[in-house]
Amino acid sequence: MVSYAFIAFQKNEETRCIVEAIVDDNPGAIVNEQPAMVKVDVPNKLVIKRETVEEKMGRDFDLQELQLHLITISGHLDETDDEFTLSWAN
Amino acid sequence: MQIDLRTVSITPLRQTFGHLARRFGADKPASRYQEATFDLQPVENFHYRPTWEPEFDIFDKARTAIVMKDWYALKDPRQYYYGTWTLARGRMQETAEGDFELVEDLGLAGTYPEVGKNEALRVFLPLRHLAWAGNLNNGYISAYSYGIAISQATCYASMDQLGIAQYVTRLGMAFGDLDALASAKDAWLHAPEWQGLRQLVEDLMVEKDWFKVLVAQNYVMEGLLYPLIYDRFNDRLNDKYSPVFSMLTRFQREWFTENTKWIDSIMKTTAAESAENKALLGEWANHYLARVVNALAPIVEIAFGEQAGSEMDDAVIQLKARATKAGIPL
Repeated sequence: MVSYAFIAFQKNEETRCIVEAIVDDNPGAIVNEQPAMVKVDVPNKLVIKRETVEEKMGRDFDLQELQLHLITISGHLDETDDEFTLSWAN
Repeated sequence: MQIDLRTVSITPLRQTFGHLARRFGADKPASRYQEATFDLQPVENFHYRPTWEPEFDIFDKARTAIVMKDWYALKDPRQYYYGTWTLARGRMQETAEGDFELVEDLGLAGTYPEVGKNEALRVFLPLRHLAWAGNLNNGYISAYSYGIAISQATCYASMDQLGIAQYVTRLGMAFGDLDALASAKDAWLHAPEWQGLRQLVEDLMVEKDWFKVLVAQNYVMEGLLYPLIYDRFNDRLNDKYSPVFSMLTRFQREWFTENTKWIDSIMKTTAAESAENKALLGEWANHYLARVVNALAPIVEIAFGEQAGSEMDDAVIQLKARATKAGIPL
């Protein structure tokens, strides 16, 4: 059975870019747009790459900024300066 | 009594404007930048041609020799539309104001040695006239270019140059009062070392091809001037006197770093479009590189004395490296 790693954000101009970046970097991502919230599910592993988000936003981005918009996550979290990863690999 | 709480989710009928949905091929939520930029240029139903230039439409792609299939390919990586641009500049201005205030409160300008002031003002202050020319030239580009992607960005560049001219002026006032401004204007108009530069920007004011003006002013001229003055000359003053000059030119340094991202991406995208574009950009950049180097030489001579040659060479190498990255033969 496939487990889904997911992340949910408040819906705003910043998270629109983050979600776009997730969709680009995670084939199989399912975007669920809800009122004032957006949730993204990815089978097994979800990666947010700083570089892609920066490209979408057109400015420098610190991955920790995404905490400001974060509602909830599911999966084991691995965080570096360049990648924010949620996974069920272990 | 029982109360049922129920959430009703209302799906919007559409996510963005029709012209964006048509352009991007799906009804996806669009960014503010996209909404404030793409396909906003009027393209049809021009009943009259300008009487002063009947060979052109009011908005005409043929006003430059550069050809683009889609002028909106020249988008701004900083994604500036009016809102984000004013916010970004507001922040930069706040920092700069803070620096000016600090210098004033502590009387730092007063402690700057007289010889240092003279050196700084002589090289630096006439540049406010150059920044004003940059304002005018970018205003021209903004007026006659095609596609909001580029004309909006050059409009901001134009206002940025006005702001820079004002910051240069304020540094002049902090260091040397009104007399300094008067003598800087006199130097700009009459001193032989400034005439090459003045002629160059005045020639650009009557250049018709707006893209050529963009390359000459924003790429070549600023690409040499800023590293020379705001990096190298600045370092020199700091070493010899104190870092006050740095504090009062912070806006310009931050601005140049940011503006470079934009102009480099414009050059890269335009060059990648076709071999013809690439050749044109190369030809223009080379032509103006030679002119700017000549025009700047006497100023660089005053600024760096014996090191003038090597400082200029370094700045040219730096610009050439940027051109190589953008795929332009320079």
